[in-house]
Amino acid sequence: MNRAHPYLPNSVPEIKEKMMDEIGVKSIDDLYVNIPEKLRFKGELQVPGPYTELEMKKQVSDTLEKNTPLKCPPFLGGGVWPHYVPSVVDEVVHRAEFLTSYTPYQPEISQGILQSIFEYQSLICELVEMAVANASMYDWSSALGEAALLASRLNHRDTILVPTHISPSRLAVLKTYTGPAGMRVEKVNNDSESGMMDLEDLTNRVDDKTAAVYVETPSYLGFAEENVEAIGEITHDKKALYVTGVDPISLGLLKAPGSYGADVVVGEGQPLGNHMSYGGPLLGIFACNHDNAIIRQMPGRIIGITETIADKRRAFVMTLQTREQHIRREKATSNICSNEALCSVAGAVYLSLLGPNGLRDLAETCTSRAHYAIRRINEIDGAKAPHFNSYHFKEFTVKYSNRKAADVNKVLLAHGYQGGKPLKPEFPELGESALFCVTEMHTKKDIDGLMAALREATH
Amino acid sequence: MTVRKFRQADWEEPLIFELSHEGRYGFHPPEAEEGIRDEVNVEWLVPQGIARETPAGLPEVSEMEVLRHFIHLSQMNYGVNSGLIYPLGSCTMKYNPIINEVLASHPSLTGAHPDQDPSTVQGILEFLYKLKQGYLSVTGMDDATLQPAAGAHGEWTGIMLIRAYHHDRGESAQRTEIIVPDSAHGTNPASAAMAGYKIVEVPSNPDGTVNLDALKAVVGPQTAGLMLTNPNTLGIFDHQIAEIAEIIHGAGGLMYYDGANLNAIMGKCRPGDMGFDVVHVNLHKTFSTPHGGGGPGSGPVGCKAILAKYLPVPDIVYRDGKYTLSYDSPKSIGKVHGYYGNVNVMLKAYAYMLTMGPEGLREASELSVLNANYIARKLKDTKGLSLPFAPEKPRMHEAVLSAQKLSEDTTVRALNVAKNLLDHGLHAPTIYFPLIVPEALMVEPTETEPVEALDDFIEVVKKTCELAYTNPQEALKAPVNTVVGKLDEAKAAHPKTICLSWRKLCQLIAE
Repeated sequence: MNRAHPYLPNSVPEIKEKMMDEIGVKSIDDLYVNIPEKLRFKGELQVPGPYTELEMKKQVSDTLEKNTPLKCPPFLGGGVWPHYVPSVVDEVVHRAEFLTSYTPYQPEISQGILQSIFEYQSLICELVEMAVANASMYDWSSALGEAALLASRLNHRDTILVPTHISPSRLAVLKTYTGPAGMRVEKVNNDSESGMMDLEDLTNRVDDKTAAVYVETPSYLGFAEENVEAIGEITHDKKALYVTGVDPISLGLLKAPGSYGADVVVGEGQPLGNHMSYGGPLLGIFACNHDNAIIRQMPGRIIGITETIADKRRAFVMTLQTREQHIRREKATSNICSNEALCSVAGAVYLSLLGPNGLRDLAETCTSRAHYAIRRINEIDGAKAPHFNSYHFKEFTVKYSNRKAADVNKVLLAHGYQGGKPLKPEFPELGESALFCVTEMHTKKDIDGLMAALREATH
Repeated sequence: MTVRKFRQADWEEPLIFELSHEGRYGFHPPEAEEGIRDEVNVEWLVPQGIARETPAGLPEVSEMEVLRHFIHLSQMNYGVNSGLIYPLGSCTMKYNPIINEVLASHPSLTGAHPDQDPSTVQGILEFLYKLKQGYLSVTGMDDATLQPAAGAHGEWTGIMLIRAYHHDRGESAQRTEIIVPDSAHGTNPASAAMAGYKIVEVPSNPDGTVNLDALKAVVGPQTAGLMLTNPNTLGIFDHQIAEIAEIIHGAGGLMYYDGANLNAIMGKCRPGDMGFDVVHVNLHKTFSTPHGGGGPGSGPVGCKAILAKYLPVPDIVYRDGKYTLSYDSPKSIGKVHGYYGNVNVMLKAYAYMLTMGPEGLREASELSVLNANYIARKLKDTKGLSLPFAPEKPRMHEAVLSAQKLSEDTTVRALNVAKNLLDHGLHAPTIYFPLIVPEALMVEPTETEPVEALDDFIEVVKKTCELAYTNPQEALKAPVNTVVGKLDEAKAAHPKTICLSWRKLCQLIAE
């Protein structure tokens, strides 16, 4: 049967012919005359289909269901975390008016998305206690890369100092971003007991070549950096930029970067109402102080308040666009155009739902359960958590004394649990360790179940 | 024919902060169980020096209030699936199929963590692998990465591959320039600059194609590559493409294809066959995934075999009946995204590909071209408008009209034409781009618009032009049917009045 495709209303033969008639062409290929004959594709695309909606749905669902079901969400963090997404968030981001719109180039008809993103920016500012946040970057990693480039543009210096246990994937992306600008990325030593950045080493390393000092808290390994204020002072003494990276959920309990002197804050907004989805889309948080020099160097889109000309009514527009690629081309502060706008709307809905108390409650639940898990793990022979003697928020390392981390995970999987990420490939000095994460998604029963499996795995 | 009486919903919606009432909750996270609370006391855990002293200044709003607030805001916004035609040139605002959203909400996908053991995510890895195979066939490339999160991210990744190639051959010090035509998207020069290159611009011919003499004059041993979109931003297919590739390759440079305009040519011709070495494709354009008010998109990058070893890690490989992630690539440029890119978006693109099949993709392209030409031919002779650059040549998936004459005759500019369209419930075309067309109206209807919608669009544009000649003051008033009228954009950017957050607004009000 030769039926018109549901997505192609003008594929009805009479319509197509009438349209061609009206514009004076005999065949569709008359419209393709500018493509030289030898360049035309004569074969058939190697693409399966076409399938009807029902057939396709079955096929794609079957494919996805080849994933192994787990007993509870994976005990994994490190940059993407299992957190609950309230139903209201999913309802809002599926609204066709948001989902299927694009960049609000026509502000009069796009006030909805403009105000939502403005609210996202404002909520992030409250969360991190900074004056300005942009509309989003691709993820934490790219936000970090852009922060380093911003620092170098501002102070014309070329080195960024990072912690010993920075997330390896963030480090990899940072290097890709800063390589072409000729920047160097160097690690600062840490204290072998606490994991904290070694302030003496930092003091010796920061100089007039240092564009920025970067600290993550909680760190990739889960411990909170306790010297955030001192690090900021050392950084500012040498007029370098202080960049901090955060897990926003931790800010229900931990000090906001704005209160300890950060100049730029980056982080991963995925836990704010966005599903993990195998690592994307994510939501790069990017915030800074109200310093005109920094704001004018900021990457990405920014929404501002203005008013209507006629009746002075409050309204929202994209602003400071002269920084952006569509105006400034090669002199733009970044090439970013499409960003993660809908994820930032999810973030706005999420933070509005939780409010200050919900966020604190959530952070308390995560850290309580993580510490409950730590206590139980330390009762198991052959397992010790965490490596560093510091406060850990929701992630922590577990070291196995007589099993390989990968082998432990195999046994856990056989019991339906995805254990922590093996760390030896990234940080050999930590030995057979794994990075675990516990959130509100893991009940006491889940944790107790994991422990039973872990006991067997480390036996 | 129906020119509708459109009125956009207007809720005069306050800011979420203005709805706050102390003590309200919109959501309760679960509390730790009693057995946990007995053992663990949060107050003892968090060291004093780093504990948050004052709660974040977030609003306190009940669940329904939050829901209504954001639904009100959504109703003050315009989408492809909720509005009428959305002919935003260069953005390919086609229908975003609902089934793809349903599938992308499958818990097997949404609940998967990127560091899970590959054996537990075989379904995800399988569709990613198959999406990549389809992508390679559509683009005519040998290998690809799905990692870039957007088009510009893909451009930069692609140029980084070119950079790695020259570096590997010991020519990176010498090859410092990327050539872009004057009709290029702004992201092209911005992406090349981010990859460390100097930008050299070449002018277009009167027929909108690349000026070969000008190209030859700037090509040399310093050329790293050329970035080109074909069909170009005028919607014109550059027939000299093989010659252009020869010139660039002859000088040792590489050819970059900006896939923003791929929607015109699926199954008709392929970047790989045109002589391009590296390409990005916007899945949120050609492969129907929604634009989300500005993102998330997805910008996979494909390349010829000579560049494959520089692709970002990891690669998805299929071996012995199993899918795995391979990091074994010593010459890779590294990583461009924290994980594997916007996987959720990729699932929608995969679903689209299966729904269309090879014939459907080809037909989609053909109809996108038919629709664009239909609009272009029916509007080009409208008083005040013109179709600059070889008006006799067929356009591909988009056409760029100029309202220059209209503007000179009546003071009604392209901007005002756009605002009049909004007043009739239609989205406006892209305006003032490409830069080489004065008073540009860049129209891309896409293949999913029925001819009736095209006729509506044509009629409203014609009526607006008529109005401009008969009553320009009236035409200059638009928009009046949208939530807000003309905005004071200067105020938004002025150092004294700039306001980018609620905190700042409170300060300004207090002053």
